[in-house]
Amino acid sequence: MTVTRRTFIKVSSALAGGATLGSGLLSNMWGMTPDAYGQPMTDGDTVVPSFCEICFWKCGILAHVKDGRVTKIVGNPDHPLSNGKLCPRGTGGTGLLYDPDRLRQPMLRRSKRGEDVFEAVSWDAALDHTAEKLLKIKERYGPEALALFSHGYGGSWFKTLMKAYGTANVTAPSYAQCRGSREVGFELTYGSPVGSPEILDLANSRVITLIGSHLGENMHNTQVQDFAKAIERGAELIVVDPRFSTAAGKAKYWLPIKPGTDIALLLAWIHVILDEKLYDADYLAKYALGLDELKAHVAAKTPEWAFVHTGIEPERIRETARFIAGARPASLVHPGRRASWYGDDTQRARAIAILNALLGNWGRKGGFYLPTAMPLAKHPSKKAEHHPKPPADMPKGTVFPFANKTLAHGLRDASIPGHADYDIKGWFVYGTNLLQSLPHPEKTKEALSKLDFVVSVDVLPAEIVGWSDVVLPETTYLERHDDLHAPPFREGFVALRQPVVPPMFQSKPGWWIAKQLGERMGYGDYFPFEDIESYIAKRVADSGQSLVQLQTRGVIKKARDPIYIEEGVQPTFPTPSGKIELHSQQMLDAGLSALPEFTPPEEPAAGQFRLLVGRAPVHTFGRTTNNRVLGQICSDNELWINAKAALEGGFEAGASVVMVNQDGVRSDPIRLKVTQRIRGDCVYMVHGFGHTSKGLKFARGKGADDSVLTTKVAVDPVMGGTGFSVNFVRIERA
Amino acid sequence: MSARPIRYAMAVDTKQCVACKACVLACQAENNVPEGFCRDWIVEEVRGEFPNLSAENRSERCNHCTNAPCVTSCPTGASWIIEGGIVLVTKDKCTGCKACVASCPYDARYVHPEGYVDKCTFCVHRVQEGKQPACVEICPTETLHFGDRNDPESLVARLLSKREHHVLHPEAGTEPNVFFLK
Amino acid sequence: MNPQLVEIVHGRSNPMIDPTLHVWGWEVPVYLFLGGLVAGLMVLIPLLEMRTGRTSRSAVMRLMPMAAIALISLGMGALFLDLEYKLHVFRFYLTFEPTSPMSWGSWILMGVYPTLGLLALGSLHKEDRARFGFGDSASGLMGWVARIADWCQDNRRTVLWASIGFGVALGTYTGLLLGTLSARLLWSSALMGPLFMVSGISTGAALLLLARPDEEEQHLVTRWDAAAIVVELALLTVMLLSFASGGTAQRAAAEPLLGGAYTPQFWALVVCAGLIAPLILELVEMRRHARPTFAAPALVLVGGFALRAILVAAGQVTSFSMLS
Repeated sequence: MTVTRRTFIKVSSALAGGATLGSGLLSNMWGMTPDAYGQPMTDGDTVVPSFCEICFWKCGILAHVKDGRVTKIVGNPDHPLSNGKLCPRGTGGTGLLYDPDRLRQPMLRRSKRGEDVFEAVSWDAALDHTAEKLLKIKERYGPEALALFSHGYGGSWFKTLMKAYGTANVTAPSYAQCRGSREVGFELTYGSPVGSPEILDLANSRVITLIGSHLGENMHNTQVQDFAKAIERGAELIVVDPRFSTAAGKAKYWLPIKPGTDIALLLAWIHVILDEKLYDADYLAKYALGLDELKAHVAAKTPEWAFVHTGIEPERIRETARFIAGARPASLVHPGRRASWYGDDTQRARAIAILNALLGNWGRKGGFYLPTAMPLAKHPSKKAEHHPKPPADMPKGTVFPFANKTLAHGLRDASIPGHADYDIKGWFVYGTNLLQSLPHPEKTKEALSKLDFVVSVDVLPAEIVGWSDVVLPETTYLERHDDLHAPPFREGFVALRQPVVPPMFQSKPGWWIAKQLGERMGYGDYFPFEDIESYIAKRVADSGQSLVQLQTRGVIKKARDPIYIEEGVQPTFPTPSGKIELHSQQMLDAGLSALPEFTPPEEPAAGQFRLLVGRAPVHTFGRTTNNRVLGQICSDNELWINAKAALEGGFEAGASVVMVNQDGVRSDPIRLKVTQRIRGDCVYMVHGFGHTSKGLKFARGKGADDSVLTTKVAVDPVMGGTGFSVNFVRIERA
Repeated sequence: MSARPIRYAMAVDTKQCVACKACVLACQAENNVPEGFCRDWIVEEVRGEFPNLSAENRSERCNHCTNAPCVTSCPTGASWIIEGGIVLVTKDKCTGCKACVASCPYDARYVHPEGYVDKCTFCVHRVQEGKQPACVEICPTETLHFGDRNDPESLVARLLSKREHHVLHPEAGTEPNVFFLK
Repeated sequence: MNPQLVEIVHGRSNPMIDPTLHVWGWEVPVYLFLGGLVAGLMVLIPLLEMRTGRTSRSAVMRLMPMAAIALISLGMGALFLDLEYKLHVFRFYLTFEPTSPMSWGSWILMGVYPTLGLLALGSLHKEDRARFGFGDSASGLMGWVARIADWCQDNRRTVLWASIGFGVALGTYTGLLLGTLSARLLWSSALMGPLFMVSGISTGAALLLLARPDEEEQHLVTRWDAAAIVVELALLTVMLLSFASGGTAQRAAAEPLLGGAYTPQFWALVVCAGLIAPLILELVEMRRHARPTFAAPALVLVGGFALRAILVAAGQVTSFSMLS
């Protein structure tokens, strides 16, 4: 057969075509584009170290800046609070920096308080007006008529301003509404508070007992890191919680305790540990007083007695008590953080403190370490000229004998004329949304309507801002310097907060606002520095540290100090006796019980559930609910209800319901989470949603606000704290 | 004995994980993932009846399967596997036909607003520089571990040999490379 | 402890993916329907010609291959609309990926067009050619068309077999497209390919019956359609039975059609209206030599589209993640 040229061309081109077709392997070549992957290019041209302010932990961050924009925020590996890792909130800090709802310029109120009608003015106008109004209050009523409500690290400058002004009415909700009772309980026992960051040596604990702590959902970075380290090293957990929390999911024992009966369980545990001689006798002999009184006190508090109140079987109580004691001293009963529950919260903290003392863990590895701190020179400052009048935070005729900080709700009450020894006439509010952070929001509104003057310094238009006469926009933490941070911790360090990007809009840093106001009111010499840079530089220089190192690395660490008894540190107990006071004579002298007593909690009526609240790891209660980055993950809250209880009530999963509390107050609609993870006698929701402020365009109307339902509080007689978990709700279809 | 090729894998320690979702946001920031989308996510699983309950928290993402159906189903060669086993998408070759999205038993892919299909890349751009993926680096509980499972010295390999673990939907037959430690 | 009680909080909510997959809407079922139909035409028209020994006496029938080109173009248009990155459509044609049915399909369609063109040209009678302008006296471009038409008629058997071949490939690959996506449990069956082929034959036959065939063709196509429907029913039965008697995954896969969300539509539109009713009508026609109406073919077409629409929608919902 002859092969013609035509045939040859036909065949060979067919072969070539077929070969190319079949060579999927070479598709790259004739695909004409090389295989590639995306380069996100989010690494910054500059990386600026600072520390976070999305919550109050102040973890060290590294902010990447590219073309003037923060692309991402990661942890600073050098900073001992973050160790290079961040929680989701700090990671989502760009959502605050670029929040379109941010306060942009100073504003003056133009209609009735609460109607949220403002006019933008210049800084000069706003500052002059504020200074004038504040001086008028001082003139008419005395300096004590001004109260500062401050929450957040940048508040320090305003505290100086109040010192200059002459008022002692300076408070934060974090005391009476949060961890005050815990601190006082531990101060009464050990002479020292637990602090923030808590002095817990979790990473070395072998057994960790969480009683009313939902660590993991409460996402304090360093503490969760330590918690995880402990688990990795094989630590076992006991979780006491009416709800199957994230931590309960990792626990060897989950005790679904009846809400309000924690003291009964603690006393029963103490009983078993004393009865079976599982306590550290040597430690107590050396460091503690009151063991005999304690033994007598818990003699009748048997596990059988506790079972009746808590619902936890006696054998379980014994087993867990033995388990806790078996790992001592590396056995830690976590003292919780927000402890404002039932009004006997200081006594519950005392019970936890006493239990820990029996384990001999104060000052020991796996227990409470003895903190150290980086010594820092103070900046020269002016001393206050006169002693201010004592704060007005207690109702007329009432004394909370061991309250060592000002009660925020007390100052609010004192703003209603005639309530306290003298009336508060003006509020200076820094970074705390009092309408959601204080119970009885109706009282807060009443107070606000009676005040002569209200000024807010804030970043976002939270509800309190809408009730103010003057609104001063502060920069976010990413746009400003604040004071140096050198807290008591397991190692000493000093950290710097410095601007990552320049201030946006017309916002100004807190130090500038305070100094400007100070100068306009004649208190300029209380701010004896030209600007924050020179303030910081002086402090750093006077402390013998390198400013350049601080600016480039964000933190300077001290060489490790010993922090354990095992390392030779001798614990000191600044109590009246100088020892750990298991039995508290000073409490007895003040007319309170020297040892924790259990009071059975009020029972809900039929069809009612006790309302419990908590935290989500993605949010810092109401502060972050407008953050759109965080909102992608969680933009509203839901109401947890037991599946059987839901069935009996005729509610299906995801139903939209309304809560009605014992005083008839109705909540916003909220979605039901029908679950096996909670007892049938209580319901649970995350606090911080249900915003009503028109300015919070993302958060407004999402989820439900639990603070409106907090119309009943249980007041702690020891330090005046307000327990919230005493409100009961009925559930209705929305 | 010849050296085994690199086989990247991730070990997720469900005992450590507190379902905080830092990994979700860190990935989003690092990789410019558009708002409303995520390349990794958290699954919280609770089993049982009150009060006898057990829980597992998982940080999930694309499993970079050895036998990846998304790669075999892709008609343009946009889905490909780099040395080390990371499954990637060349966005210039992607037509957005979504065959790969439908082929994934884990629904790990999504359609990027620009039109191409996207997913977790094990932060290949960081891995090539000797860094860890963004999620691994941010995780406060050290839940995530990334490395070469074929290197017996690597942390991932050691964890897999010491700890009980499972993969998601092994019955799908894709041989995933994200392992959940019990 | 009740191990069956599971609570899952799933943190992902990607658009089009969650809570259930919905990446393919109406575009893909339209393409699958038209593709299957055209595949059926590409098989039946040659078979008809081989059986009757002639091209059709009906002008409409002789133009069916051209209609097929229009229909497949519509289908490809729908497919184009489905693409999220339309500008990259050319990427399908810069490579061949042998493991991807979609890649096979792209290239099969490259063969379908010329084959249909040759089939169309060769089907035309002298008067058709004259009408379209490439009669005996054509010159220039039309002259070239006339020459190709001549070649088609000379090599008619080759063209017919090429048409059957590409038709089978087209009809089967549309089923394989879904069948190889085993992550979607409902599609994960080896019978998807044959099912879609047979359904394509049936819908192709239905369209032919609407194209005014002559009496001999009418009888043949009706018989073939009835046979195809019987085979289709058999395949569906086997497929559903094997799902229903399989493990958890298989039973979950078929749940949308056997008690779940798509059950009423599936049984009403696909089985009763789309298969059983037209089968009965056609059997009656064949037995009683009744006058044929458009009822049976119309029902077949509705059922054929419904089959694909329901399978595409229901399949996206059936995933591994729905099994805890």
